[in-house]
Amino acid sequence: MNSLYLVLFIPLAGIILLTLVTHGRGAGWLNIVMIFLTFCASLTLALEVLYQGPQLSANRLFYIDAFNVYLIVLTTFVGLNTAIFSRPYMAYEVERKRVSLPQMRVYYTMYQAFIFAMLLALMTNNLGILWVAMEAATLATVLLVSLYRTPESIEAAWKYFILCGVGIAQALFGTILLYFAAEKFIPDHNDALLWSVLYEHAHQLDPAVVSIAFVFLLVGYGTKVGLVPLHNWLPDAHSEGPTPMSAVLSGLLLNVALYALVRMKVLVDGSLHNELAGHLMMGFGMLSFLVAALFLHRQYDIKRLFSYSSIEHMGLMTFAFGIGTPLATFGALLHMTVHSLTKSAIFITVGHATHIAGTQSISKIRGLIRTQPEVGWGLLMGTTAIAGFPPFGLFTSEFLLLVATMKSYPWLTVLLLVGLAVAFAGLFKNIQPMVYGEPPAEQKAVRANMLPVILQLMLVLWLGLAIPGFLAGWFEQATELITGSLPWKESL
Amino acid sequence: MKLTTLTLYEQAILVLPSLILYTSFALLAQNRLLSLINIFAIQGTLLTITTILVALVSHQHHLYISALLAFGLKVLFIPWLLRQHVFRLNLHHEAEAIENPALILTGGVALVIFSYYVALPIEQLSTLVTRNTIAISMANVLLSMLLIIARRQAISQVVGFMAMENGLFFAALVSTYGMPMIVELGIAFDVLVAAVLFGVFFFHIRESLDTLDVDRMNRLTEVEKNLE
Repeated sequence: MNSLYLVLFIPLAGIILLTLVTHGRGAGWLNIVMIFLTFCASLTLALEVLYQGPQLSANRLFYIDAFNVYLIVLTTFVGLNTAIFSRPYMAYEVERKRVSLPQMRVYYTMYQAFIFAMLLALMTNNLGILWVAMEAATLATVLLVSLYRTPESIEAAWKYFILCGVGIAQALFGTILLYFAAEKFIPDHNDALLWSVLYEHAHQLDPAVVSIAFVFLLVGYGTKVGLVPLHNWLPDAHSEGPTPMSAVLSGLLLNVALYALVRMKVLVDGSLHNELAGHLMMGFGMLSFLVAALFLHRQYDIKRLFSYSSIEHMGLMTFAFGIGTPLATFGALLHMTVHSLTKSAIFITVGHATHIAGTQSISKIRGLIRTQPEVGWGLLMGTTAIAGFPPFGLFTSEFLLLVATMKSYPWLTVLLLVGLAVAFAGLFKNIQPMVYGEPPAEQKAVRANMLPVILQLMLVLWLGLAIPGFLAGWFEQATELITGSLPWKESL
Repeated sequence: MKLTTLTLYEQAILVLPSLILYTSFALLAQNRLLSLINIFAIQGTLLTITTILVALVSHQHHLYISALLAFGLKVLFIPWLLRQHVFRLNLHHEAEAIENPALILTGGVALVIFSYYVALPIEQLSTLVTRNTIAISMANVLLSMLLIIARRQAISQVVGFMAMENGLFFAALVSTYGMPMIVELGIAFDVLVAAVLFGVFFFHIRESLDTLDVDRMNRLTEVEKNLE
């Protein structure tokens, strides 16, 4: 139980410590140490959940079950790898005079604050606190998006701030409506926002209020997931900020927003007993998936390219959670894991690639494999994985999703297959010349630490070949929680 | 329902929300920044009075703390901060050109009617005297969104953003007598941080664009541009 508080306390201490550290080089190391400790604490927490089942803290403010525990470990793990990558990366940016030392202090403080906000959002049992933490995650990252102070980055940050702020305000309105529906029959009003309490009483919630609430919640958290047509901020914010930020935004924050949405869907499904929530999510998900796949074809900036790929994958997951069958849900949970591992690995590689070429423009990055083979191969492997090739984990999850779609809505399988093909073409059309083309004469290799990338891609590979027993167990428990039955009851 | 048969409290609780709605419309029509901020502060004051009134009648003691928070943030701190920025950025003489004011106000009216329509099933459930005002609180949120969309001035947009927070606070107050204290504290903290960050941004925008007109932010598009 103590590890639960440690997971939150360490990044909180990190925020305070890193505001005090003025020494530029030490801060990078301290950042790594703090997040490493958080990672260790989250592993202990995971072990506790593994052996003792779901944990509800004594004050009932925190609730850890199979659905959020693996996301907590994933968040701290990717956070750690990105921190390892960001130390030399940001030091190089200081060398190039793109950021000043005081800005570095903001960077490291906000990095910890961001990790803290995401962990709080994942762990809290209170839907109000969930909202507060999501908003806090936006606030922590908005100054990081504008870190370079270029007109583009300030525009991106302003867009991010206003659009996400307005969007997430709708989610607060939805939360208020949910609270309104719940306090009718829950005597202690302080309990009426606790997820664990609401889950037990979901069938008592008034359907009329809950369906209105869900529309607001979907628009609100959907903005943060990056669902089309609420996605406008995402490619800008992900492409203009420093690359480590793109890695954690794409790899982690989108997941947390989707997690919030799915938690809400469970309550709504319990109250409504119809497909309203599912169909809405399927519609938004499919639209995002297709639109983003098409937009992959007209990108000129490598980070924008992979941002659109993130929208595409988030759309796919939203669609899968919308279908709502156990098999689709299991696939979506797996997809959340492998997508975030792969996408953050890609952004780390892209960070090295932009340092080699000195630009983010796709048409100017050429011949990575000749200049620096490990970066070129990393980008190629990452893109192969994200496009859903076997034997990587995304192939497994996308295959499960296709099978699930074929069972429930056969005619939608066609759209999914077309979308996947379009996305594949869009990615490789751009990646191929960057990796294989003729390198410009003066292009030199940079110092690159590819260990985080290799580690994460190996994990994706492992998940593609065999899912370890404990993880499959968590996925099954989470599936049962979300859909009410196990994935393997219906035979494959 | 006859107005004269209601108790004084119930009459007051019907009048105050309509005044708040009126301030939302006034925000939409106002084109001078300082007046805009003043109206925002008035809206905050009305919100504080409503909170105290609800607290008095419902005996929900935690609402006094909410009222204090609302007063400190929405009446004193945020208006003060925004005024400070307006003077420092030397914008207090400028009037913003609002395009199609008549159209925007008509749109506002449509939003209010829409809110009443959406809130119909919710109001039938509520037993609180304040239930009539749920539609108004929803209208406040939507009107503030309209304000953000209609304006091109960064500070006006922030006033809209904060007014939306007012609408949400109001919604929680009238539908459920406020959120649990811990959540309200969290929201207040977020608003406070957002207000400070917005201030930082005004200067960044000004530095890079030489104006606070957000229409000038048009560098990020899907079309290939000349990089470097």
